Amino acid sequence: MTTASSVVKSGPGLRGKQRRDRLRILAFLSPWLIGVSVFFLYPLISTVYFSFMKYDGFTPPTWTGLKNWSYVFTDYPFFWPALRNTLWLVIVMVTLRVLFGLGIGLLITKVKTGAGFFRTAFYLPYLAPPVAATMAFAFLLNPGTGPVNNILGSIGLPQPGWFNDPAWSKPALTLLALWGIGDLMVIFMASLLDVPQDQYEAASLDGAGAWQKFRYVTLPNISPIVLFAVVTGIIQTMQYYTQPLVAGKVASGVIGGSGQQFQPGYPENSTLTLPQLVYNLGFQRFDTGGASVVALVLFALAMLFTALLMRRRSGFLGTDD
Amino acid sequence: MTMTTSLTAPVGLTAAGRTARRTRALHWIAVHSLAIAAALFFVLPFVFVALTALMSDQQALTRNLWPDSWHWENLRTVWETPGFLTWWKNTLLYAGLGTALTLLSSIPVAYALARFRFRGRNLALMLVIATMMLPPQVVIVPMYLFWAKQLHLSGTLWPLIIPMAFTDAFTIFLLRQFLLTIPKDYVDAAKVDGCGEFKALVRIVLPMARPAIAAVALFQFFYCWNDYFGPQIYASENPAAWTLSYGLESFKGAHHTNWNLTMAATLLVMAPVIILFFFAQKAFIEGVTLTGVKG
Repeated sequence: MTTASSVVKSGPGLRGKQRRDRLRILAFLSPWLIGVSVFFLYPLISTVYFSFMKYDGFTPPTWTGLKNWSYVFTDYPFFWPALRNTLWLVIVMVTLRVLFGLGIGLLITKVKTGAGFFRTAFYLPYLAPPVAATMAFAFLLNPGTGPVNNILGSIGLPQPGWFNDPAWSKPALTLLALWGIGDLMVIFMASLLDVPQDQYEAASLDGAGAWQKFRYVTLPNISPIVLFAVVTGIIQTMQYYTQPLVAGKVASGVIGGSGQQFQPGYPENSTLTLPQLVYNLGFQRFDTGGASVVALVLFALAMLFTALLMRRRSGFLGTDD
Repeated sequence: MTMTTSLTAPVGLTAAGRTARRTRALHWIAVHSLAIAAALFFVLPFVFVALTALMSDQQALTRNLWPDSWHWENLRTVWETPGFLTWWKNTLLYAGLGTALTLLSSIPVAYALARFRFRGRNLALMLVIATMMLPPQVVIVPMYLFWAKQLHLSGTLWPLIIPMAFTDAFTIFLLRQFLLTIPKDYVDAAKVDGCGEFKALVRIVLPMARPAIAAVALFQFFYCWNDYFGPQIYASENPAAWTLSYGLESFKGAHHTNWNLTMAATLLVMAPVIILFFFAQKAFIEGVTLTGVKG
C-alpha cells in the first residue's frame, strides 16, 4: 500500500518519499535486525567455526579439521542412542499425540453437558510447567510407592519400572506427553468446528454412517491441521530436553543444582535426546567442538522439517492481499 | 397425497422418533462416559500430587493414597525454605520484564512485516520462522561464551532477559498473523486524517489487536515461567539467581526420601500458571487457535 500511494504521488518529491519510506521500515525492523544478527546469525556462524576447532573454553582454540565430527559420529557413546531415541519418539510419541489430540478434540465437540468443565479439565495439564509435571509423573510412576503401580498391583496387573526401566522410560515420557495434550486438543477442536455443516448434511442424505462421515467429510477437511500437528510435533521432538532430563535425574536420585554431575540418559541411555548432548559435551565435558557438531546436526534436522512445514502448508507465510 | 400415506406417515414417524430418541440417549451416555474417563486421566495426577503434598513425612513413604492426617504446614515449610522466595522473585522478574520487553520490541516488527511491502520481506519472514523453530541448544555454546566470557553476566538472568529487548520470533509470527486480518482501510483512514505510521499503529491498530497481544503476552510469560534450560545454563552457578523451575528439582535432592515436600513444592510451582489461566482462559484458547488454524 505504501508503494502504491507513493507511485500515485509521483513527482518531484518521489525520491525523498521513497527514502523516508525505506528509513521508516528500517526503524520498525531495527530491534529484530539487531536481535537476529546477534542472537542467531553470529552464534550460528560461530558454531560452524567451533565445529572445526579444539576448544575447552579456557586455552585458545586450535584447528582440528574434521576430528570433532568423526569423534561425535564414531567415538562419542551418546550420539547414536540419542538419535535412536529421537526416532522412537517421532514414531511413537508424535503419532500417539496426534491421534489422542484428535480423539480428545472430537470428544469435546460432541460433549453437550458440562462442556466447559471438560474443556478446562482436558486443557489444564498442558499448562503445568514441564519440570513440575515431570516431577509429578516421576512420583506417580515411581515403582516403589507410586499410586499408579499401587493401583495396577491391586487389580493384579504387572507393575512396570517406568522411569527406572530402560524399556519403560520412553513409554512413561509418552504418557506424560499425552497428559499435556491441551494444545493439540484446542487446535483440533477449532478445526473440527470449522468443517462446513452442509457437507455433513449432504453425507447424511446419501446415507453415510458415522464412520463414513468421519472418513469422507471430517478427515479431508482437517488434513492440513493433521499435517501441521505431525510436523510441529517432530520439531518439538528435536527440542525435547527438560522432561527426559528431569525424569532421568529424579529417577536416578542424582539431583540437586550445581552439585553432583548427572550422566544424562538414565536408565541406560534410554532418555537421551540430542539437545542433552549439547549440554553434556559443551558444559560437562568442556568439549566446545563436539557440542558444536551436535548443535549443527540438530540445526539441520530442525530446518529440514521447518522447510517441509512451509512448503506443504502454503498458507503458512500468509499474504497481505 | 393419498389417504394411505397420510395415515401411515404419523405411525411411522413415532416409531422412528422413538428409536431416534433412544439412539440419541445411548449416544449421550457413550460420549459422556468417555469424557468422564478422559477427565479422570487428566485430573487424577493433580489430585494424587495434592494428597501426597498434605501427608506426614512417614505416610509419604507408604503406599497409602489418602492422608491419615492433613499437614497443611507442608506448604508453609516449602514456602519458608531458604531460597524459595528468592526463586519466586527471580521467576517473576524474568517472566514479567521479559514479557514487557518482548511486546515492546516485537509489536513494531510484526506490524512492519504485516503492512509494508519491501524487498527482502519474504527472506525476513523465513528467518523469523527459522528462528522460531530453532532449538535453543543450537546456538547455546557461542551465546554462553558471549555472555560469560565477554560480558561477565553468567550467574544472573540477564543473558535471558536482554535478548527479549530484541524481539521474539514466535511473538512476531503470531502477531503478524493476526495483524494481517485487520483491514488496511482503518490505517489508511487514520493517515488521511494526518496520523503518521507510528501514531496509526498506536492509536488504531493496537486497540484492535488487543486479544492477540494478550495471547502472545501470556505465551511469553508462560515460556519464561517454565523455562528450565536457560536458567540451567546461565544461573546454575549462583543459587541466588535460580528460578522456580530450576530450583524445584533441588527439592528432590534435599528431601530425597520424602515425596510430600517435593510434591508440595511442585504444587506451589504449578499454582500460579493455573490461577492465571482461570483469569485469562479466553485469551489463551484464542492464542492456541491462532498458532494452528489461522495462516
